Amino acid sequence: MSELILDRLRKEYGSFVAVDDVSLRVEEGELVALLGPSGCGKTTTLRMIAGFIEPTAGRITIGGRDVTWEPPYRRDTGMVFQSYALFPHMTVAQNVAFGLEMRKVPRAEAETRVRQALDLVRLGHLAERLPRQLSGGQQQRVALARALVVNPGVFLLDEPLSNLDAKLRLEVRVEIRELQKRLGLTTVFVTHDQEEALTLADRLVVMDHGVVQQVGTPEELYESPANLFVAGFIGRSNVLRGRLAERGRFISKGGLALAVPADGMAPGEAALALRPERIVVAPGASDGGVVGRVALVTYLGAATEYRVTLDGGETITASVPTPRPGDPLKQVAAGDAVTLTWPAESCRLLAPGPGATPDEGGL
Amino acid sequence: MTTRALEAARNGAAAAPAAGLARLKRRAGRWALRGLAGLVFFFIFIPVIFVLWISLFQQQIVSFPPEGYTLRWYENAFARSEFRHGFGLSLQVAFIAMVIGVTSGAAGAYAIVRFRFPGREAFNNLLLGPLVVPGIVAGTSLYVYYIMVENLLDVDFRGTLHGLVLGHILLTIPWTVRLVSASLVGLDRAVEEAAMNLGAGPWTTFRRITLPMMRPGLVAASLFSFIQSFENLELTLLLVGPGRTTLPVAMLNYLEFRIDPTIAAVASVQIVLIGALMLITDRFVKLSRIV
Ligand SMILES: Nc1ncnc2c1ncn2[C@@H]1O[C@H](COP(=O)(O)OP(=O)(O)OP(=O)(O)O)[C@@H](O)[C@H]1O
Ligand SMILES: [Mg+2]
Repeated sequence: MSELILDRLRKEYGSFVAVDDVSLRVEEGELVALLGPSGCGKTTTLRMIAGFIEPTAGRITIGGRDVTWEPPYRRDTGMVFQSYALFPHMTVAQNVAFGLEMRKVPRAEAETRVRQALDLVRLGHLAERLPRQLSGGQQQRVALARALVVNPGVFLLDEPLSNLDAKLRLEVRVEIRELQKRLGLTTVFVTHDQEEALTLADRLVVMDHGVVQQVGTPEELYESPANLFVAGFIGRSNVLRGRLAERGRFISKGGLALAVPADGMAPGEAALALRPERIVVAPGASDGGVVGRVALVTYLGAATEYRVTLDGGETITASVPTPRPGDPLKQVAAGDAVTLTWPAESCRLLAPGPGATPDEGGL
Repeated sequence: MTTRALEAARNGAAAAPAAGLARLKRRAGRWALRGLAGLVFFFIFIPVIFVLWISLFQQQIVSFPPEGYTLRWYENAFARSEFRHGFGLSLQVAFIAMVIGVTSGAAGAYAIVRFRFPGREAFNNLLLGPLVVPGIVAGTSLYVYYIMVENLLDVDFRGTLHGLVLGHILLTIPWTVRLVSASLVGLDRAVEEAAMNLGAGPWTTFRRITLPMMRPGLVAASLFSFIQSFENLELTLLLVGPGRTTLPVAMLNYLEFRIDPTIAAVASVQIVLIGALMLITDRFVKLSRIV
C-alpha cells in the first residue's frame, strides 16, 4: 500500500499522442477511476503504470520509489485484466498461489493466504477447479483474488466488469469497493462507464484524447465541470452557446437573455451548461420563465423528461419527478406550451469549445 | 385426472402425428449422416484392414479367398535381420530427428510469432519449404550436398546415422513450425503479462506459463515428426548405406526379390505401432482439437 504519483507521463506512437502529459497523485488507500471515451488513453496509462508499456517521457513513482524504468515484475502492482488472463493450465488455488510462490513465501503461510484470499471472494469451495470450469463472474473473482493475495502496492483494474452481465456487474462492483476499502489498497480503476466511476471512486480522472480534462470527486465533477467535455460526459447537460454580454447576463444564439452567476468569466463568447434535473416545468406560457413548446415527453418511471423547443429554435431537456395524477403537468403532451424556470446559480458558464455530446441543444 | 390434464392429453394426441413426422425426418437425417461418415471411414480404413488381413494368409502368392491362416509371415519378418535392424534404426532415427527437429522448430516458430525482424517472412517460408519439395528431389539434393561436404570436411555423411538424422530433421521441421505457431498465435499475451505482474521474470514466465500452454502443439508436433521420419521412404532412399537401412527401405529391397505376405506382416507392425502412438498421445492432448 503506497502512494502512486504520475509526473507528466506521456506516450507517443509515431506522431500520435496516446497519453499527453498526465500528472496524477493517488493517495494511499484511495480509489481513483480513469474515465473517458474509447481510445482516450486509459489502458495505455494503466499499462505504463504496470510496466507493460514504456513511456515516451515522464515519471512514475510508487511508494516513493521511481519505477519508471523497472520491469513489470519489480513494480509491486497487482493488475486485474479485462480478459481476466487466468493461467488456463493451473487450478484456481494454483493461480492464486502463483504470486506468493514468486515472492518465495513459505508453503504453509502461502496455503493459508490462498485460502483466505479465496474466502474473501467467496470461492473457497472451487479451489481445485480449472479456470475453464468456472463462469465469467467466478473467473473474474479468481483474477481479483490472485491480484490481491500478494498485497500489491498499487492495485490496477482495466475495465474488470465489462465482460459481466448487468446484475453481476453491480454485485462485483460493490465487492471490489468493499475489498479495496477493507484492505486499504491504493487503486486505479479504468472504465468508460460513468455510473460505475461515480459510484465506485473517491476521485475521478476524466480523460479525452490523451489529455486529463478534470480531476475531482464525483460531486465536484458533477457540480462544477471544468469544461464542456466534462459537463457532457459526467451526467448530462443542456448546452446553450452564445456570449456573456456583461457579468451576470448571458445572451444565447437564439436570442434568449438569461441571468447567470456573476462570478468567474469575463464578458465574451461563452457556453452555458444546465443540468436537466435543475429545471422546473410548468404547464402553459407565463412570464418569469423561458417559454417553449414540448417536442417530446419521455416517461422514465420515477422521472419524466420533457424535450422543449424554445422560440429561438434552441432545445432544452428538462427532467422532473413524474407528476402524480391530478397534477396539471400530467396533461401536458407534445405541442403544448410550457414555461421552464431554474435557479440562476444552476447555470454554469464555460469556455466555448467542443463538447462531449454531438447533439448539443437537446443534450 | 383433472380436466386440464385431460385437455392436455387430448391436445397431445392431436399434435402427435405432425410431431412424429418431424421427429422421423430428424432421425432419418441423423442416420444418413452417420451412414455417410461410416462410408468415408470404411474407404479410408479398407487398405489398412486388407494389409492386416493379408498378413495372416496361408498361401505365399496372395490370392482370394485365403486358403487358411498362419502367423508364419510374422515369424519370417522377425527372423530376417534386415527387418529387425531396419526397425531398430528407424526407431532410433525417428526419435533423434523428432527431438532435435521439434526443439529447433519450436524455437523457430517462437521467433516467427513473437518477434518482428527483417527477413521474418522469408525465414517462415524457408522452414515450411521442405513440405513442397518432393522427397526424392530432396533426397537427391542432400546426396549431392553430402558428397560436397564430405570432400570439403573429410567427414562421412552418406550411409551414416547423423547423415540420416540430418535429412529427417528436414521432414520434422515444417510440421513443428506449423503446429507450434498455431498454438502460440492462440495464446493470450495478457496471461504472460499477468505472470510478470505477479513477479515472474521472463525466463520463469516462459517456463511456467508459455511452455505449458504450448504443450498441446508440442506434443502433436512430436507425434507427427516421429511418424514422418519413421515411415519416410523417398528422402531416405539415397541416404542409407550398407548395413544401415531403415525399415521402409528394407521393405522396398525385399519387394525387389519376393512378393509374399511378409511385407504385409511388417506393414502391420508399423500400423499397430503408429496407431498405438496416436492413442497414447490422444490421452494427453486431444489430437482432434489441434490438427
Ligand atoms: N501500439 C499502438 N500503436 C499505435 N497506436 C496505439 C497503440 N496502442 C494504442 N494506440 C492508440 O492509443 C490510443 C489510446 O489507446 P488505449 O488503449 O489507451 O485506449 P482506451 O482509453 O483504453 O480505450 P478503450 O476504452 O477502447 O479501451 C488509441 O487511439 C489507440 O488507437
Ligand atoms: Mg482500454
